Amino acid sequence: MWHSARRRTQIPPADDGVSVGSAIAHDSAAGQIRGSAQYIDDMPEAANLVHVAPGYATGAAKGRITRLDLDAVRAAPGVVAVLTSTDIPGKNDCSPSFGGDPIFADGRVEFHGQVVFAVAARTREQARKAARLAKIDVEAETPAVTVEDGLASGETVLPDYQFLRGDPARAKDGAANVVSGSLRVGGQEHFYLEGQVAMALPGEGGEIHVYSSTQHPSEVQHLVANMLGKPEAEIVCECRRMGGGFGGKESQASQWGCIAALAASVTGRAAKLRLDRDDDMIMTGKRHDVRVDYTYAHDDKGRLAAVVVEFNMRCGYSADLSLGVCDRTMFHTDNAYYYPNVRIHSRRVKTDTVSNTAFRGFGGPQGMVFAERMMDEIAIRLGIDPLDVRKRNFYGRGRDVTPFGMKVADNIAPRLIRELEKTSDYRQRRKAVKAFNRQNRFLKKGLALTPVKFGIAFTLKHLNQAGALVHVYTDGSVQVNHGGTEMGQGLHTKVAQVVAEEFGIDFDRVKITATTTDKVPNTTPTAASSGSDLNGMAAKRAAEIIRNRMAEVAARLHQATTSDVGFAGNMVRVGEREIPFAELARTCFLERVSLSSTGYFATPKITWDRETTSGQPFLYFAYGAACSEVTIDTLTGEMRVDRVDVLHDVGKSLNPAIDIGQIEGGFVQGMGWLTTEDLVYDASGRLATHAPSTYKIPTASDVPEDFRVTLWDSKGNREPTIYRSKAVGEPPIMLAISVFSAITDAVASLRPGRVPKLDAPATPEAIARAVRSMREA
Amino acid sequence: MARGSIKFLYRGGVVELSNVGPNDTLLDWLRLDRGACGTKEGCAEGDCGACTVAIGTLRDSALAYEPVNSCIQLLGMIDGKELITVEDLSADDARLHPVQDAMLRHHGSQCGFCTPGIVMSLFTLYHGETSPDRGVVNDYLAGNLCRCTGYRPIVDAARDACSGAPNDRFSAGMAATVDTLAGLVDGEDVLIGDEASFFAAPATIEALAELCARHPDATLVSGATDVGLWITKQLRVLPKIIHLGRVAGLSDIRETDNGVHIGAGTTYAQAEPALSRIDPDLGELLRRIGAKQVRAAGTVGGNIANGSPIGDTPPALIALGAELHLRRGATARTMPLEEFFIDYGRQDRGPGEFVTGVDVPHLGPGEVFRCYKISKRFDQDISALLGAFKFTIEDGRVADARIAFGGMAATPKRAARAEAAIIGGKLSNERDWAAALAALGEDFRPIDDVRASAGYRLQTARALLEKVLHEAGGEASAATRVVGVRTGERGHVA
Ligand code: FES
Ligand code: FES
Repeated sequence: MWHSARRRTQIPPADDGVSVGSAIAHDSAAGQIRGSAQYIDDMPEAANLVHVAPGYATGAAKGRITRLDLDAVRAAPGVVAVLTSTDIPGKNDCSPSFGGDPIFADGRVEFHGQVVFAVAARTREQARKAARLAKIDVEAETPAVTVEDGLASGETVLPDYQFLRGDPARAKDGAANVVSGSLRVGGQEHFYLEGQVAMALPGEGGEIHVYSSTQHPSEVQHLVANMLGKPEAEIVCECRRMGGGFGGKESQASQWGCIAALAASVTGRAAKLRLDRDDDMIMTGKRHDVRVDYTYAHDDKGRLAAVVVEFNMRCGYSADLSLGVCDRTMFHTDNAYYYPNVRIHSRRVKTDTVSNTAFRGFGGPQGMVFAERMMDEIAIRLGIDPLDVRKRNFYGRGRDVTPFGMKVADNIAPRLIRELEKTSDYRQRRKAVKAFNRQNRFLKKGLALTPVKFGIAFTLKHLNQAGALVHVYTDGSVQVNHGGTEMGQGLHTKVAQVVAEEFGIDFDRVKITATTTDKVPNTTPTAASSGSDLNGMAAKRAAEIIRNRMAEVAARLHQATTSDVGFAGNMVRVGEREIPFAELARTCFLERVSLSSTGYFATPKITWDRETTSGQPFLYFAYGAACSEVTIDTLTGEMRVDRVDVLHDVGKSLNPAIDIGQIEGGFVQGMGWLTTEDLVYDASGRLATHAPSTYKIPTASDVPEDFRVTLWDSKGNREPTIYRSKAVGEPPIMLAISVFSAITDAVASLRPGRVPKLDAPATPEAIARAVRSMREA
Repeated sequence: MARGSIKFLYRGGVVELSNVGPNDTLLDWLRLDRGACGTKEGCAEGDCGACTVAIGTLRDSALAYEPVNSCIQLLGMIDGKELITVEDLSADDARLHPVQDAMLRHHGSQCGFCTPGIVMSLFTLYHGETSPDRGVVNDYLAGNLCRCTGYRPIVDAARDACSGAPNDRFSAGMAATVDTLAGLVDGEDVLIGDEASFFAAPATIEALAELCARHPDATLVSGATDVGLWITKQLRVLPKIIHLGRVAGLSDIRETDNGVHIGAGTTYAQAEPALSRIDPDLGELLRRIGAKQVRAAGTVGGNIANGSPIGDTPPALIALGAELHLRRGATARTMPLEEFFIDYGRQDRGPGEFVTGVDVPHLGPGEVFRCYKISKRFDQDISALLGAFKFTIEDGRVADARIAFGGMAATPKRAARAEAAIIGGKLSNERDWAAALAALGEDFRPIDDVRASAGYRLQTARALLEKVLHEAGGEASAATRVVGVRTGERGHVA
């Protein structure tokens, strides 16, 4: 190495008395570390609780069900009830969008693993064993499994969509270099460590309380109500925490909540459904895999003149969230680059496989992988350093409008890249990589520095809203509740920090409680990285309302004006006097002033109109960049990541420890997606990699010891977001594209000028194939 | 008289259980029977580590803490041991255990679902190593998947917590724990259940032989790292379980005239030092079998007896010329290891017969050994293919060759044609290798599966043969490998 391995990730210590901006530990950390933090499966069970297991047609992926014989299931030991579509009094659908996601397959099987029935039994083992006794005959049809199969059948789950600017065809004709190609990018299993789980408790009068590991409690509530034909007011959905979500519990937690609720409703007993890991992987959707077909044109300096690209996204059997996912691929096809003439076309390919769904980045990463591949290709063909090609194509003055018409007003990518280029010692290391590759016959190194620009907001406008509920109690302790859910990302901690800051009290005086639809109703999913932006703001407003009321009381009692009142250090200052916060809370109660308030926030400036392809879909962009160095073994295709430097923009950080955790975790998750995580379906449409024994997410040793993560020294978000912070949940995933580009670079070193045929994930086999492609005539 | 119960140390007291089903798992006992829900289930197949607990075992009057995946550990297997779970680490609510404290300070948990398992792996690290380097920490974490953190804060926590000698209530109470566990050693056979369904853990090889002869239909279990999945995933009912872990003498490791004898019940973890001494590549191979949790439970004997075409030790041991020992009743026999593997799912083992151990010879003068495991992920993965090579080098030529592969055929198998073709070949002349490289295509007709395509397997088998020839010819492994650089070799240009 040219640098001794050295870890530089530094997290500033938490400041006493300051809440926002300090590295306060995750609010559940102590409980998680002791094993006392409760997940749904850890909750005490009602005495007569039934365990529910789903069943499916093991032998078929597609076709009409000709026989559904559940007699043996019913007769199995411990079985209390067997549920099918006929048990559903209301709507048999748990789609988050356009319908078409039956809770129980009704008449037809549409993918291998689709739930046909469920069995409730006294123990989970009994339920699982019983579920395997079903006899389901299906008039099997040949399933469309791959993108190619889907394209051949011509079926889509949603209409095509397109962004067009300028005249790419004409621009191509005039260009010095025109290149066509195709790239495949694989899907990704979420592999949240806690599998899908829900527990439903029947209440009086048919009410149901559902505990669900979901990113979207309101949707579970809504779907359970629809399924049971009940008003939403009779259903409550609650989630204290998830053991990971990553998008996999945005829409696809609902089915399990629904089935648990149905079991509770039918049996009158508490019912719990926790999916076995293999079932979870078979029955729930993943990141969309895609075949990207493209043609682009550029001059001899590598500057793009035109880009024409078609994304064939494998959506699976239903629409689910594919509209938003596929749109976001298009929104990030530019990454940080200006395409003067451009046509971006998206086809939402239907296949007879599980419905692909949200996954951290929500389609964006697929678009960006293409952009970075294009940069690498141009650089390789022209023999220019890929970083220089990237720089030449950055957005800049007069080149600042995206393919969807939004002006890039906050472009810090060029500055951020310059900084990382320096701190990562890019140019020196480029020389060293070249020297290494000259001296080594079997091992080759690659280096890449790639940017990320990620748009923040739900592109579906109405989702950009949030509510919160704050109570101050007479002892000065504070309880906060909001519509966002906690899946490990530290949202609850950040929101509690915001509330503590507003009241000028210590963080540990603020208690954050489970997300539940009876406290904050009609919420939107915790997704699109917008959890803190939305809920932090809503909680801030609720706190402000209460604080203003408290200030008025203080001012009135001490003959001051509210502008003389300040909240800090657990004290309230009124002119010269200081009174403890708790004392003022008590006084407010005695003065009959409410210490409770809701808060509401709707993101401004979102004007996107999908029909006309116009308006602004994002409030702002989050930026980052990563520089990765890898070594490949050209004999076997094995690869090792040697060093990673990250510089990432979170605006003014609400909590640097949490933000760095999101960046590092996101990077490693993205690296897994592009390297070891390989989803394999067999020709009959079965997922062959349905367990961690065959599906490999990164382990500790895949992460380089030399992993340097730095937060961009930001003056704050230009937009007045919560304390001028920026969203951080999703963007870091895409920093890992630098690893994929570095692998491309390493392979490319074998033969200057030739572009390696490398698809993602870059498994040893894929790398070996790319190496071979370099040696072919 | 056999004992109709198991006894183990848990939360400061000896727990005696007489109601132990043959298929009961330790995780279910914790979560369902004891309501101890700190230990999580992430996969129920020994691949994620969320269910990791620490097991204290008394060996030669020393107590060692090892991590174990409780999801596939049969409850009966912990007889005579100490069981520690995440809830047990700190004595009171006010204080955290040093590894917990470090995890908190370094922000080592996000969603927290992997955390209890990680804490327990770090607990065993805390008791196993002082000032571990990154590689050692990685090794202790390899069996614990975390989808949230990217591991960096966990590694920092590990290195922070483990910078000194252990100083917790377990080290303070070590002597008492050793006494208690010593008191549980009674030399009695364990038999819970009846003739139709039982969990048995015989104490002597004679009792084992007798039991196997009486119940040839019983399932023999060493570490349950495979059998556990038959229960949790295939939902099979295995009415008769004979556990080998308590059989005296079955876990012996001893030097023989020309090598080392590894008893069938020796765990990978126990065998690792002895096998590493034969060759560092063998040590590295052991390190890459499963992860700590799997290696603390799984055995070399089990890996062989199981007969899987992708077991990691058989090809290496075959290349080394290992011999296998079996026994039925009072009859013992010995065979070259490769002869044990007849066909897919078929081994040369009669009903009631069991593996007692394997003899692995040392390398002689002029002998070179190399083995390489190829998998999608370096740690805790199953081989796509595994190549093992032993060459005798004389005057720069290959005078003798033993080449064995896993993942290339229905059994671990020698490459007879390639062996023949390379003999006589000059290490410095790459043209001399061509026939052997081509011959691999006749030796093997690999298949496509989720781990690799047939084409990649064959191509890589050839690449590995090339690699070993380069290395035997003097190329430093630092210049030929991205992982598993041989210890003792100097680094290279980088
Ligand atoms: S639950 Fe995953 S290893 Fe045990
Ligand atoms: S903290 Fe979520 S899996 Fe590790």
